[in-house]
Amino acid sequence: MRKGKKILSAALASAMALSLAACSSGTAEETTTAAAETTAAAEETTAASEEETTAAAAEGEGFNLAVCLASEPQTIDPALNSAVDGAIMINHMFEGLVKWVDNGEGAAELAPGQAESWEKTVNDDGTVTYTVTLRDGIKWSDGQPVTAGDFEYSWKRLASPETAADYCYMIDMVKGYAEVSTGEADPDTLAITAVDDKTLEIVLTYDCPYFEEIMAFPATFPVRQDIVEGNEEWTYDPATYIGNGQYRMTEWSHNAYILTEKNPEYYDYENLGPDTIRYTLLDDDNAILAAYNSGELQFIESLPTDEVANYLASGELQIVDYIGTYYVCFNTEDEIFSDPRIRKAFSLVIDRNYIVEQVTQTGQVPASGFVPYGVYDAEGSSGDDFRTVGGDYYSVAAEDYEANCEEARQLLAEAGYPDGEGFPAVDYLYNTGDEHKSIAEALQNMWQTELGVTVNLNNQDWNVFLQTRKDGDYQIARNGWIADYNDPCSFLDMWYTDGGNNDAQYSNPEYDALIDAAKATSVQSERMEAFHQAEDILMGQDSVHAPIYFYTQKYMLDDSVSGMYYTPLGYFFFGYTSQQ
Amino acid sequence: MGKYVIKRLCMALVTIFFVTCLTFLLMNAVPGSPWLSEKTPSEATLAALNAKYGLDQPVPVQLLKYLQNLLHGDFGVSLKMQKNRDVLSIILEMFPVSAKVGAIALCWAVLVGVPLGCLAAFKRGRLTDSFLRVVCTLGISMPSFVVASILLVVFAGGIQALKIFPTLFDPSQGWKTYVLPCFALGFYPMCYTARQTRSAMLDSLNQEYIKTARAKGLKNGRIIFKHALRNALIPVITYLGPQVAFTLCGGFVVESVFSIPGLGRYFVQSIQNRDYPVIMGTTIFLASFIILMNMAVDILYKIADPRINLTKGGE
Repeated sequence: MRKGKKILSAALASAMALSLAACSSGTAEETTTAAAETTAAAEETTAASEEETTAAAAEGEGFNLAVCLASEPQTIDPALNSAVDGAIMINHMFEGLVKWVDNGEGAAELAPGQAESWEKTVNDDGTVTYTVTLRDGIKWSDGQPVTAGDFEYSWKRLASPETAADYCYMIDMVKGYAEVSTGEADPDTLAITAVDDKTLEIVLTYDCPYFEEIMAFPATFPVRQDIVEGNEEWTYDPATYIGNGQYRMTEWSHNAYILTEKNPEYYDYENLGPDTIRYTLLDDDNAILAAYNSGELQFIESLPTDEVANYLASGELQIVDYIGTYYVCFNTEDEIFSDPRIRKAFSLVIDRNYIVEQVTQTGQVPASGFVPYGVYDAEGSSGDDFRTVGGDYYSVAAEDYEANCEEARQLLAEAGYPDGEGFPAVDYLYNTGDEHKSIAEALQNMWQTELGVTVNLNNQDWNVFLQTRKDGDYQIARNGWIADYNDPCSFLDMWYTDGGNNDAQYSNPEYDALIDAAKATSVQSERMEAFHQAEDILMGQDSVHAPIYFYTQKYMLDDSVSGMYYTPLGYFFFGYTSQQ
Repeated sequence: MGKYVIKRLCMALVTIFFVTCLTFLLMNAVPGSPWLSEKTPSEATLAALNAKYGLDQPVPVQLLKYLQNLLHGDFGVSLKMQKNRDVLSIILEMFPVSAKVGAIALCWAVLVGVPLGCLAAFKRGRLTDSFLRVVCTLGISMPSFVVASILLVVFAGGIQALKIFPTLFDPSQGWKTYVLPCFALGFYPMCYTARQTRSAMLDSLNQEYIKTARAKGLKNGRIIFKHALRNALIPVITYLGPQVAFTLCGGFVVESVFSIPGLGRYFVQSIQNRDYPVIMGTTIFLASFIILMNMAVDILYKIADPRINLTKGGE
């Protein structure tokens, strides 16, 4: 026994010695490369400043914008990113075929980006071919030209299961995607081809009405094969983080800031605003607000909840549209909540005005349907939006609240529980957080007083909560959905039977058929008609969930800065801002 | 001594091995996964992610593989927080930040705490003693986030005239950026050290050998610093050993309040994010560090009091 122990410890000791040796040699190598890179970077900087006397090599004089979006981004690889903060940075350091530009009123609209123009032809078999011509003079931040081949590579990389990108499905309309994404076919079979350096051909299985927006979506931005391949850590080093956008990274001090400067290779370099944009990486709301107030930050997106009302009243805090819905999701497979009458009763007694005015207090809009305002209907940006056309599924006017409650009580009685008698205690699940808790308590109170039912509140740590909700191991749960692109499809196809985000475990063949019908046609009016009918079933007939409010985006921008613009997808653009 | 150190090192390796296995199993037993978010990826994507990072294997197989890689010094790559980045380089980048703040905090805590403790013991029952007792009691009972918040409000913008220090941690601003976090982090150990020193000091001042020293006619200062303090330091060292490890590895609360990109905060976030390789890497790193510090303390005992016998249980 003793001997055994000795042998074991000797083995472990030698193992440790080995690992130490391995470590140190690794570090030595890294240090050398790092040193080499620093020299290279220094040389580049000198070269750049010689070329462009106006380029500020580091933060110094000129216009240096400091913004705070969130803490350290999980990734700024365009294909792998799935967060809004990452998307904003990527929007500044890369550019897709299409880009977002200012419409003159601070709202973003689509315009040709790396593409100069594109032509759409409908083929005989119903597929659609986009022939895209690239802009002249587009370059990577290291000076190499951007070619159609770069786009071909990047899109195939996005679709490949080897990349395992969260947002791979964004290009599911491209022909061959279904087979590539499951690994049945080689990524090379994806129907995107570089005809020559300037011409790109993309074949879609159907005429996707929001394809131009997809071409402006960060996951579809080009990356360079020679940089990305074989180096999983390419995004962490300014020397290998080569983009084709307005700004380029000069420094990343982890968990502190990412510093970017104007990219001299960008075709519209002359007109760019800030000499540098610094993304300060913070997650503490109090610290963020303190830094804004002391002038260390010029733009912030979050502040402590209890400060919101003050800053809103003083006009410093701005509220803009954000395409997303905060809702309460019922488990349709639960014994009690499988009855749509009960679900509807629970939805009707929610006083949404009280929640947005007294609880959340940041200008959210009471939700009268699942698809929020601002989502395009058949007429696109010029016509009424989807919500306006679809109308309300219940009245959210304050004066109708009593009538709603009356209807709810009737429904509950029909379901066999007059005045809530005999209704078993049910559980409401939310993820730990002050605001979710306040909303949960308000809901609990409304259900108790108006329906006479007992609802117990449970909260779980974020990650555990997500797992529980996904597994359908709950009765009522809080939920939220933010759209990826401006189309009702982004909100409605998730309720398809066995959909990955169908937390309600909802399944209705009639609903599925309507979604299929909507996806099968490219005639906008028919599509929208099908989507409206689908929402009628989801909300009007089945009351699968109880939408509470439509999200809004809040932000504070220093008075001296102007020229920022925004899309309701949550992207802010700083590249053309100026300072007085 | 040398034999003792080797023995302790071997025991340390065994401990670390068990810590590694236990953490690995526990971490996998907690519900949740690094891939979950409000928008859960499709089944196909989840499968691809699991395959890419080896999470599709049974847990014992994953553990074996992890141990194997560990022997080669490979801590794996982050799954989520800094996707695909090498865990070891994350730790080696964050630890110095925590360690610098922690080291400064501990230095002032000891350099101020020990003399204050001596002073209080020497002036026992007088006004100075009472005043120090109030300060120390406050410091021990006040959680560090309260201290940090007060400092932030008073000296970093709350009162404009007193805005001396930056709100955000930014090493490029030099010493100024360290003042508040180091004060907040070191306040508790300072108070604790002062109290410990005071009571240990009083204890040793009553010992026979001090009486002898007084009888010899030695000066007070010499009695306290040469004879009494040496004995009084033993409990302080005992306390400081693990405290060094905890402080150097980062106080989670203070790092959050001052937004310091340190290891303590990162460790907690990695658990919330289920970033398995980061959890493992930081746990192993912290465990090793704490074990080493405890060892260092045992050796320091010997220096403070040569009578302590390390090898044979103090015979």
